[in-house]
Amino acid sequence: MVEIPSGSAGAVPAAEVEDVELYHPKSWWTKYVFSQDAKIIAVQYSLTAISIGLVALVLSWLMRLQLAFPGYFAFIDANHYYQFITMHGMIMVIYLLTALFLGGFGNYLIPLMLGARDMVFPYANMLSYWIYLLAVLILVAGFFVPGGPTGAGWTLYPPQAVLSGTPGGSDWGILLMLFSLIVFIIGFTMGGLNYVVTVLQGRARGMTLMRMPLTVWGIFTATVMALLAFPALFVACVMMLFDRLLGTSFFMPAIVEMGEQLQHGGGSPILFQHLFWFFGHPEVYIVALPAFGIVSDLISTHARKNIFGYRMMVWAIVVIGALSFIVWAHHMYVSGMNPAFGFFFATTTLIIAVPTAIKVYNWVLTLWRGDIHLTLPMLFALAFIVTFVNGGLTGLFLGNVVVDVPLSDTLFVVAHFHMVMGVAPILVIFGAIYHWYPKVTGRMLDDFLGHIHFWITFLGTYAIFFPMHYLGLLGMPRRYHELGDTVFVPPSANTLNVFITVMALVVGAAQIVFLFNLVWSLFKGRQAGGNPWRATTLEWQTPQTPPAHGNWGRDLPVVYRWAYDYSVPGSAEDFIPQTQPPSGGLTREVVA
Amino acid sequence: MTQSLGNSDLGPTGLRGVAADFSSDQRAFKTASWGKAMMWIFLLSDTFVFGCFLIAYMTARMSTPVAWPNPSEVFALHIGGQDVPLILIAIMTFVLISSSGTMAMAVNFGYRRERGRTAALMLATALLGATFVGMQAFEWTKLISEGVLPWENPWGAPQFGSTFFMITGFHGTHVTIGVIFLLIVARKVWRGDFDVARRGFFTSRKGQYESVEIMGLYWHFVDLVWVFIFAFFYLW
Repeated sequence: MVEIPSGSAGAVPAAEVEDVELYHPKSWWTKYVFSQDAKIIAVQYSLTAISIGLVALVLSWLMRLQLAFPGYFAFIDANHYYQFITMHGMIMVIYLLTALFLGGFGNYLIPLMLGARDMVFPYANMLSYWIYLLAVLILVAGFFVPGGPTGAGWTLYPPQAVLSGTPGGSDWGILLMLFSLIVFIIGFTMGGLNYVVTVLQGRARGMTLMRMPLTVWGIFTATVMALLAFPALFVACVMMLFDRLLGTSFFMPAIVEMGEQLQHGGGSPILFQHLFWFFGHPEVYIVALPAFGIVSDLISTHARKNIFGYRMMVWAIVVIGALSFIVWAHHMYVSGMNPAFGFFFATTTLIIAVPTAIKVYNWVLTLWRGDIHLTLPMLFALAFIVTFVNGGLTGLFLGNVVVDVPLSDTLFVVAHFHMVMGVAPILVIFGAIYHWYPKVTGRMLDDFLGHIHFWITFLGTYAIFFPMHYLGLLGMPRRYHELGDTVFVPPSANTLNVFITVMALVVGAAQIVFLFNLVWSLFKGRQAGGNPWRATTLEWQTPQTPPAHGNWGRDLPVVYRWAYDYSVPGSAEDFIPQTQPPSGGLTREVVA
Repeated sequence: MTQSLGNSDLGPTGLRGVAADFSSDQRAFKTASWGKAMMWIFLLSDTFVFGCFLIAYMTARMSTPVAWPNPSEVFALHIGGQDVPLILIAIMTFVLISSSGTMAMAVNFGYRRERGRTAALMLATALLGATFVGMQAFEWTKLISEGVLPWENPWGAPQFGSTFFMITGFHGTHVTIGVIFLLIVARKVWRGDFDVARRGFFTSRKGQYESVEIMGLYWHFVDLVWVFIFAFFYLW
């Protein structure tokens, strides 16, 4: 078993920074509403993200109903269908997944896992949440303005996004969407700076970078990426706002609309696609890397075994993060860009498979001959590995130019990205909630309800997205409100569409079980105690559960070992907390 | 990972030493405070914002089918009976670069705890910054009166006006925000907030003279960005 040396000659360095004085809330409002405590902010972020995510879930139901029973639901006309698609995509990718992983899990876990009292800038952290909430409200306002929300698709490609033929294009819809994104980016930057500086500069004594749990590595790398990728989206949004409001022509070529020559001319729609995907592809990994990190910790804890190849896992996260900035144009093979680019971007895309495969192998090797406990977090983690491999393999299809061109804009693409960045991260989010809910609330989530939720969700999502690959291979296009009669799509395909829709309704409904579980267990759940999973990381070693304001009581924790001392031969328990000194005792302790 | 770090108290040396220092406990950057680290990372993010703006400008300039106007003609002032190319922008650049000098001096005096001089130099920096914004307003007014607008341009490609107003406007906003914060920090220096570690109104954190340096980082960054805008917009 690997014993990590705790600094030079076993000594723990003295504290370099004096213990922080926290802001002490004076009233109920500053304690629970305008709170500067990262744990409260995390819960606020999570609840807001889940609430808006439920809206997006209902929108997906409506889309599926239209696809299975075209024309049956009169209120889902073409315009509404496109509005539902757009809002579903944007909400799920940005306002749910990004906000929940970084704002929710990041806020809760970073300070606790690193042995900090709070984030380094609690006030900016609080502002970050309220600005995020404002962004969500602006987004939702789209449903209530004349013309409704934008129907441009979540990629908002110009010129159609700002033309009158697109729902919301010449009304409020697209404006609110762009404003909301700009506000979101400003709010995220405040939080993101907090997460990065806390990881770099706010760790406990003995917590070196290579002792951090992989969860923190994943969230940290994703946040750095977000701080570098969101600027491209910010710039694209500002420029499109000017195109729409001032009549500039950044993205607008010469266009005839409704028989009239528009004022625009000379702009480049491809420029928007480059800016959007320079953000959009890192965004995939902004969502995936926290999931990678969390799932590593879930697997190690619930298989009672140290993570296999910790150092390689860290490097894989960092390398994936770096590579993801030079692959963006693989979303643009059919955009009309210079064909020579295709070769470069296909190559970089396939190279990403290497570090990703390292991670998958390491997860599996962690499981190998482990003492696997099939708890709910472990079930979700296993489901994630399978789903991620499935989604990743179809990514290899789409990363190759010659295979991508015929598959482009078919349901195959929809199936691919829903598997890899929809279902897979969501499974990790569920696993993580079952894992950390006891720390947040002090009570366990109900196991029986959890199993119902898990099996319906896991099997259901496969029932939804597996057939979709086949429909895509048949050539069934995506983003079509109604297909009508086509030569190449056999009638049996529609039967499959009905099946997918029914499964989508079932999986969506199963989330009610989960929500009920969240609320019911808050009051009736089994008392969890401080460390129900017998885990090593710092968040399970807090003096109180749920952790109090300031996390650690009087003395900050001191870290003596890495986060994965499970089943160490010769030790009494099958886990050794990071705060436990080496068995031989320290040769020398430097007292602060 | 299994390798022991040895008996030496100094730990590993060479490149391994660099890696060990960077990944050591508590802090990656041993001399940087939280605030300073945050400002550096924010500036890195902001670099990407300006980078995207400038690359978008270059793309627009290369892809538009209409001829791009000659900057030397557009940005000329009619002085003493002849057109002097780029004269206003030369003065603006000189003013802004000078303000970086006064800012650097303010940081120096701040660390010497000379309240009066620090505050005075910060005020001078703010004044130079405000002068820059004023001259930019003049330049905008002149261009608009000559018919250059975000959506049209009598001298050629309309993208010229669009990118010009967008990028200089975004930079000018940065300068303006900088001037406001310079005034706020200068007031705190002058009042002696940092000598008595008075708590901030919003954050309730103790004030430190380091705020002057962090303010300086932002200000130098805004100057540096201007150099790039100047080179790519006026000299190309």
